[in-house]
Amino acid sequence: MQGGTRLGFVLLLTPLLLWLGLLIVIPHIDMFLVSIKERVGVGEYDTSLANYGTFFAETLYLWTFLRTAVMSILATAITLLIAFPVSYYIAKIAKGRLQSALFLLCLVPFWVSELVRTFGWMILLRETGVFSSLLQWAGLADQPVEMLYNDAAIMVGLVYTSMLFMVVPLVTTLESLDNAVIEAGYDLGGNGFSVLREIVIPHAMPGIVSGCIVVFMLSLGNYLTPTMLGGKDSLWFTELIYAQFIVRFNWELGAAFGFMLLILSSVIVWATLRLTGQTLRDTLG
Amino acid sequence: MIPTIAQPRALRLAYGAYVIAFFVYLALPLAVVAVFAFNDSQFPSLPWEGFTWAWFFGQDRPMIGVFHERAILRAIATSGIVAVAVSALSVAVGLSNAFLFNRYQFPGKGLLYVLMLLPLVIPGIVLGISILVFSSTLANGVWDAAHIDIQMLRPGLVLVILGQFSFIATIATLVISARLQKFDPTLEEAALNLGAGRLTAVRTITLPYLAPALIGAFVVAFLMSFENFNTTLMLVGSDAPLTIAMFDRLKEGSTPLLNAVSLLLMLGSSLLALVMILFQRRS
Repeated sequence: MQGGTRLGFVLLLTPLLLWLGLLIVIPHIDMFLVSIKERVGVGEYDTSLANYGTFFAETLYLWTFLRTAVMSILATAITLLIAFPVSYYIAKIAKGRLQSALFLLCLVPFWVSELVRTFGWMILLRETGVFSSLLQWAGLADQPVEMLYNDAAIMVGLVYTSMLFMVVPLVTTLESLDNAVIEAGYDLGGNGFSVLREIVIPHAMPGIVSGCIVVFMLSLGNYLTPTMLGGKDSLWFTELIYAQFIVRFNWELGAAFGFMLLILSSVIVWATLRLTGQTLRDTLG
Repeated sequence: MIPTIAQPRALRLAYGAYVIAFFVYLALPLAVVAVFAFNDSQFPSLPWEGFTWAWFFGQDRPMIGVFHERAILRAIATSGIVAVAVSALSVAVGLSNAFLFNRYQFPGKGLLYVLMLLPLVIPGIVLGISILVFSSTLANGVWDAAHIDIQMLRPGLVLVILGQFSFIATIATLVISARLQKFDPTLEEAALNLGAGRLTAVRTITLPYLAPALIGAFVVAFLMSFENFNTTLMLVGSDAPLTIAMFDRLKEGSTPLLNAVSLLLMLGSSLLALVMILFQRRS
């Protein structure tokens, strides 16, 4: 404890403990306690794993859960594939003014609410939307085309919404790669592909991992995009949680669902960190 | 593939075209939202019926503009109040955390630091329901024990503020810590040598140095709070912030009124971001 006083330490520690204790740790413990309650009568509860049993027994719940996980992973992969060349361009090819302008342009859409972005895609994709009208005008379609309310629309929205969180870490790590190292790779007989595989990607790994984790989390926990772009049959897990809490008022089952989502995201984040040898502290902090 | 290494012309052109296509993709949804705010029609879709300001300033049905639509104005005010409260709380707690993690060594520091990062990897909707569950456990407990109904523990603005604060505080902490780490502690020691008390030294030397980060953290927190949806959705009561109010309208079908609100939001947040960038460049 260098410099500060004991009183100062306590004063600084208190807000942190209050915040993490009252808003993060205890609420999650309480949520777990609620999730292992089973209603046996009016106002009477038993402790049991019945809610988790319901989750595994009902195919719709389990299917939605797995579908959400797989689609979130897919969205993360697509975001990475689209963002990587662009980030490389900004970090390594664009220079000076153009570089900062392009980087800023990447940030701009994300200062706007996700609702506005989703609304934009609805205007573009729906039956009376811009794309449909353009197709009819160009003679490629003879009636309105509905492009909303399918998985592809959800995917477009998810990728769009999380693009920033991939581009920023990628640009940051790629910028720190010395051009001389790339040149050395070429001098030693490498071609574009081998330089990319042996030098650029290993160097960008911390950025790739932190981008992927954040994008995956955002997709998994997204409610707005699947609901608005996917319509009634979008089957996203957060919609089940919302339905149990707000519509059905079955908090016990909803809490169990919330816990399953938390476990899923923790496991995947943990596995990604393990596989790539990174730590949470380095990736986020 | 860097400028100093020659590449085939076709490859370079294709790469450039890809980057341009990417930026078109980024701009497209926002551009259509903005353009249709001026369409003289009941629906934000083609055909183009002519230019109008009615969705901003219109006073008569069916085209009531943003500035005369009470519900939307009230929702904007609600969002503003929530965002100011969340930002103030987050910056205060973030500043305290930054000093704690930078200046003190104590057992359990590593664990607390990781715990502090966790809110970023908890889905927003789970944060929302856990706080909802806990606050009603508390409220019900108090009711059973003393028959007092604590309104602020029921879904409403207080819970919305706490819910958003629970993860925005992490971001404020990271932003402020990053700058505090670069601070040269000898400056503070110089002040102490010159006879200043510890608090005076922090107030006159360290805080002014941190000012850009404090303002940056405030603006980021404000914008994140203003556009938050997931956590807010689970905790909202009868006073809906703007994102929730717009979501409810969007479910019923959209009019260009929503485009007009969205355009104002875009302008507002760009302006804030610009002010922040200018301020940080100056210092």
